[in-house]
Amino acid sequence: MDWLDWVLLVARVVVVFVGLLLMVVVVIWVERKVIADMQTRTGPMRAGPHGVLQTIADGLKLFFKEGITPTLVDRPVYLIAPFVAILPAFLAFAVIPFGTSVTLFGRRVSFQLADLNIGILWVLAMASLSVYAIVFAGWSSGSNYPLLGSIRSTAQMISYEVGMGLALVAVIMYSGSLSMSGIVESQARVWNAIPQFPAFVIYLIAGLAETNRPPFDLAEAESELVAGFHTEYSGMRFAMFYLGEYVNMVTVAAIATTLFLGGWRGPHPSFLIWLWPVLWFLLKVFVIVYVYVWVRATLPRVRYDRLMAFGWKFLIPVGLLWVLATGAVIVLPDVYGRRAIMIGGAVAAAVLLVVTLVWPLLTSNDRRAREVAS
Amino acid sequence: MSDEERPEPDGLAADEQDIGGPDVVGDEQDMGGPQVVGDEQRRHPGAIAAMAKGFATVFKQVFREDVTEQYPHEIVQPPPRSHIGRHLLNKHENGLEKCIGCELCAYACPADAIWVEGADNEPEHPVSPGERYAKNYQINYLRCIMCGLCVEACPTRALTLTSYYEMSWTTREDAIYTKEQLLEPPLPLGTTPGTEEG
Repeated sequence: MDWLDWVLLVARVVVVFVGLLLMVVVVIWVERKVIADMQTRTGPMRAGPHGVLQTIADGLKLFFKEGITPTLVDRPVYLIAPFVAILPAFLAFAVIPFGTSVTLFGRRVSFQLADLNIGILWVLAMASLSVYAIVFAGWSSGSNYPLLGSIRSTAQMISYEVGMGLALVAVIMYSGSLSMSGIVESQARVWNAIPQFPAFVIYLIAGLAETNRPPFDLAEAESELVAGFHTEYSGMRFAMFYLGEYVNMVTVAAIATTLFLGGWRGPHPSFLIWLWPVLWFLLKVFVIVYVYVWVRATLPRVRYDRLMAFGWKFLIPVGLLWVLATGAVIVLPDVYGRRAIMIGGAVAAAVLLVVTLVWPLLTSNDRRAREVAS
Repeated sequence: MSDEERPEPDGLAADEQDIGGPDVVGDEQDMGGPQVVGDEQRRHPGAIAAMAKGFATVFKQVFREDVTEQYPHEIVQPPPRSHIGRHLLNKHENGLEKCIGCELCAYACPADAIWVEGADNEPEHPVSPGERYAKNYQINYLRCIMCGLCVEACPTRALTLTSYYEMSWTTREDAIYTKEQLLEPPLPLGTTPGTEEG
């Protein structure tokens, strides 16, 4: 590597970092606008045309606000927590390919910071690390509500990480690669979202829980916990938590795009070849962000025990079954031949159909009859 | 035991039928004992249909017109007969004030916002028809709650409410409107000094 490589590397890091910050600014604005649209409001309108600069105004305001440090906090941990919150969020984005590559100064520059051969594991590792920010913040605040909020949040994130991991395992098996760019390659013919639809849904739901977004935002249930783990934070430090939350959301959407929606792939004209994949990627990310905002506008916050029950008793079993099914689809044809598998699949589908559709009908008839009798 | 035969409230039963799909709520009721319906209810087969309905309902709002008013930029006039804002002391057509200084408005005011000092009219230069007039009349808008009881109390219809709501002050004294101010009809909305257009 000579100096030009270093310059390009640093430039890429800066571009991704700044780009992610800009994404967050836009995503927050989009969220406010979309949710306003769904409530027949207009949302922010005053800062810049249609309020695009509202996020920047809010950020500046937070920047100049006084950062209050309560007396009872455990100072070092309290001060570190906001940084721990944003760091993994940014780091997770490093492995996401958001375009193909471009030739600059005779060198190939790819639109991916690091094409790790264990890309997905990196993502999972970073997702796990972000729990620490919440634990640190909740514990060090020296106050009841943050502690309760952080306990909730931690349990929730650990639980849903399992479901998320299972969804990712299915994708890894199906694509036969752990690297993000490899998974995008494997989706050249059909997006994973179609053959891996259950995994896609599991991932989206677990992603909601991982980012602490409604309807899984129990950690911040204002009616019971003030603001959850960041109750005692103000000014810049609060802004950092907020930033981390939204970077996380962008990252989750970007991972969903990469793993299930074909990443940067999409039809494009033959000029400006490097640009279209980036636009496709952004479009897909925003589609997922839109869905998340839609979910937020629709569903009420779930009760805590139901959240856990849903994670452990529904998402994880379904995820396990789906991993099993994916494995069966991959391995069995080689062992028994296609024909036997087709028959077996048909039988399994029929059994499933009976179990899911016919059986409840019978039982509910029972009940209706009882009701009539009484 | 009585819990087994617990009747469902009518509204709930109707809702469940609306959701559609087979219904397995309360299948285990034969086992007796007090039933916790909540968790089973959530997982009945209609749940997904119900959620889809909810998502559709929310999405439909996207195509409805926004209700937000862009206030300082576009001022939507309140209905002409609305009485949502500042008071106005009315006059007769011959220029005499309707107010007779009876203080009933001040008496009716639950927030103690009105101050009236009555005085005898000078027969040569009457301010109002009849014996008495209001020598001093003040409304403190930091106290006023816009309930309109004063207007109801007024025997001569001297005091009415207007639809003028652009009131802001920088001192407490400015919030107390004097008789002279209250006699003036309010400016059109959006033209008050200090607003962007005014």
